[in-house]
Amino acid sequence: MLIFLLRRLLQACFVMIIISLISFSIQDKLGDPVQQMVAMTVSPEERNQLRNELGLNDGFLIQYWRFAKGAIQGDLGTSYYYKEPALDVILEKLPATLELAFCAILIVILIATPCGVMAAIKPKHILSRLLMVTSSIGLSVPIFIVAILMVYIFSIELNIAPSFGRGQTTEVLGLWESGLFNKNGLSHLLLPSLSLAIALMPIFVRLIRAEMMDVLQSEYIRFAWSKGLSARRIYFIHALKNTMLPVITVGGIQAGTLVAYTILTETIFQWPGMGFLFMDSVSRVDTPLVSAYLIVVGGIFVITNTFVDLIYGLFNPTVRLASHGL
Amino acid sequence: MKIKVIIACCLALLLYNKAVATTLKIAYDTDPVSLDPHEQLSESTLQFSHLVFDPLLRWNKNGQFEARLATKWERLDSHTMRFFLRKNVVFSTGNTFSSKDVAYTIERLKKSPDFRAMFDTIDKVTMVDEYTIDVHTTYTNPLLLNIMTYVFPIDKAFYQGKDQIIKYGETFASRNVSGTGPYILDNRELGSWMELTRNPNYWDKNSKGNADKIILTPIRTDSTRLAALLSGDVDFIFPVSPIDIERAKKVSGIQLVTLPSTRILLLHMNQNRRKEFQDVRVRKAINLAINQALIVDKILKGYATPAGQLSSDRFLGHINGLEPEYDVEKALELMKEAGYEKGFRISMMAPNNRYMSDEKVAQAISAMLSRIGITVELKTLPKAQYFKEYDNRSADMMMLGWQSDTMDSNNLFEFIIACPDTNTGMGAYNASEYCRPEIDADIRQANREMNPERRLRLLQQIEWKIYNDSAVVPLYWQSLTWAAKDGVNIKDIVNDQNYPHIGDLFIEE
Repeated sequence: MLIFLLRRLLQACFVMIIISLISFSIQDKLGDPVQQMVAMTVSPEERNQLRNELGLNDGFLIQYWRFAKGAIQGDLGTSYYYKEPALDVILEKLPATLELAFCAILIVILIATPCGVMAAIKPKHILSRLLMVTSSIGLSVPIFIVAILMVYIFSIELNIAPSFGRGQTTEVLGLWESGLFNKNGLSHLLLPSLSLAIALMPIFVRLIRAEMMDVLQSEYIRFAWSKGLSARRIYFIHALKNTMLPVITVGGIQAGTLVAYTILTETIFQWPGMGFLFMDSVSRVDTPLVSAYLIVVGGIFVITNTFVDLIYGLFNPTVRLASHGL
Repeated sequence: MKIKVIIACCLALLLYNKAVATTLKIAYDTDPVSLDPHEQLSESTLQFSHLVFDPLLRWNKNGQFEARLATKWERLDSHTMRFFLRKNVVFSTGNTFSSKDVAYTIERLKKSPDFRAMFDTIDKVTMVDEYTIDVHTTYTNPLLLNIMTYVFPIDKAFYQGKDQIIKYGETFASRNVSGTGPYILDNRELGSWMELTRNPNYWDKNSKGNADKIILTPIRTDSTRLAALLSGDVDFIFPVSPIDIERAKKVSGIQLVTLPSTRILLLHMNQNRRKEFQDVRVRKAINLAINQALIVDKILKGYATPAGQLSSDRFLGHINGLEPEYDVEKALELMKEAGYEKGFRISMMAPNNRYMSDEKVAQAISAMLSRIGITVELKTLPKAQYFKEYDNRSADMMMLGWQSDTMDSNNLFEFIIACPDTNTGMGAYNASEYCRPEIDADIRQANREMNPERRLRLLQQIEWKIYNDSAVVPLYWQSLTWAAKDGVNIKDIVNDQNYPHIGDLFIEE
């Protein structure tokens, strides 16, 4: 276990170094940060002087070396726009994104599991067929259309949920500002988390269904039936547990999709999280913030996948961690 | 007895009105980078300045000056102007406003990288007494009052000693603010929201403004911003994208206000990159081949004014009757005359998120040029990358929008038409590399000419020369569109510079 975690740590460092190199090399392509800081009428010399002060005229290696030196000490640069350490800015926005992702995942689990099971147990039932049709539509409709449709229906026409922002937040244990503990915050959370969930759900419904149907054919389930176990116990304890293994693997891979979708959802709903911050910093050419975001997201990836592997072990004790994952 | 009852009723009403707080929720597309009014010369900084500070004078809707912190002004001699300041005005810190603050503010503006260019013309400011100042210019400047609209006096006692302006770092002034304006900043999360409350000691008792609280949220996506207004989450938005305007108009309870602005959109034809563009016949042909009216009508849905010159009708240099021309036949003839009957290939660049529908306009233009045999390789870029390419003059044809800071034609000519000169900064955005020394001489003269008649003739003369030379392709003056809930009387407070005077905004209950 320890060796496994150590290996993962090493892997994380490696991933982050690669990401930082890539993010550094694309910085030039984003545009000119100085252009964003000054008025149109400021002369080229003054701009150049500002560029010098910021160290933007140095060579790639010098700039990267400066960045790497700071990064080792936990300093990922200072955001041009927020004028604060980039990592602090991102961590400040992290709770909003985590809450959004958490709620979306919760919705996915609560809805996709029973739907998938239902579709597997009674494949011929009219509801199951309907589920399959909607899930394939869900797979093919892009998230921004879903989101805009939701805003149109629920905010503009029905007026039951706010169309943008995060609303009121309350401080939880002095650790972070949360929107989960008051009505206003929850109502703001409704549409973004639902759109995010709708984007992620179909693939899980279909996956659970397919796996479940497979498992239901296996010997041990037939044995359980002949043993006279209750249907509920067979479906939800014996069959579902074995169905979950591939679902967890796919879930881990989908973490990437989740990050990409949070960027879209947050932009559409003006959700003040990391994804929104990222889009904003790209358009403002806030390069330190862009690099820091990519590195943080890289870190989140490694952590989620480590978790997924750990959970894997819980569901299937035959999986040995030390031989897995590298 | 009766009188007493009436008085009691009035008092009760007054108290009742006080008790019901009116909150105005505004959504713009950007928010100010800094609380320091002198850090960045941008639309959002100036919008913020009009909320928390007061200018010495401002433009009213009819293009006239309106006295604010300066009550009146008079010219002493050709280099000096005297300003009389308003008494009994206090900053939000409680410090009293007087001439020292104005002198200090102008000194600071002269040090600000962004405002420096405009305030270079001011030599020094002398304090005559506590409420009178003299502004001395280095040369006779006809635009001094225009420049003074950018002076929003700041609290000297509050800022002094910690007033450095740093573009990329935190400063005292970027985080703290003390102004005399109609609103006081309560709280702010950079990039997310800003909360302001009405200044209870605001000097302008005649102001109709009645919003007790303002919440300003920047919403960057056009559709989200409009949805926020339609769902009632905000009360006032800017901008509304042209494709949404018709839809928004049909919604009951929503009002739209459109004003023509002075921002000119134009195309530069780079004469250093292409020898073809050195031929005036080719430039004329391009001007004739582009149908400004059609672009405005079809792409911008009428929310712009087709332009045949650079100066909008509010500017002194505007020539009445000089309309955009469209004649493909004649254009083809000119191309033939110039020896380019078979046409040629050019590269063109345009931004895709800077101006209203900029990408679509650029596409339409490349289609129009193909009709006279010019094949356009169009590349559109986000503004952050575009202006880097613009500075490098990376394409033969480039799009530019320009808003004159001084509300005067000469600012357009200085930056867009004058011969590029890195020492003086003239022609900094002249991506045509067009150069006519006699125009430069006229520009310099117009900068000092105090006689309005002669100045008008000078500016119009420059405008004619640009037209005869087909130096650039003027496209249109963009319109500004705001939307608000009914009852929020934005019509009275919006203006063509897009600095809504929210302080005077009246909201019906």
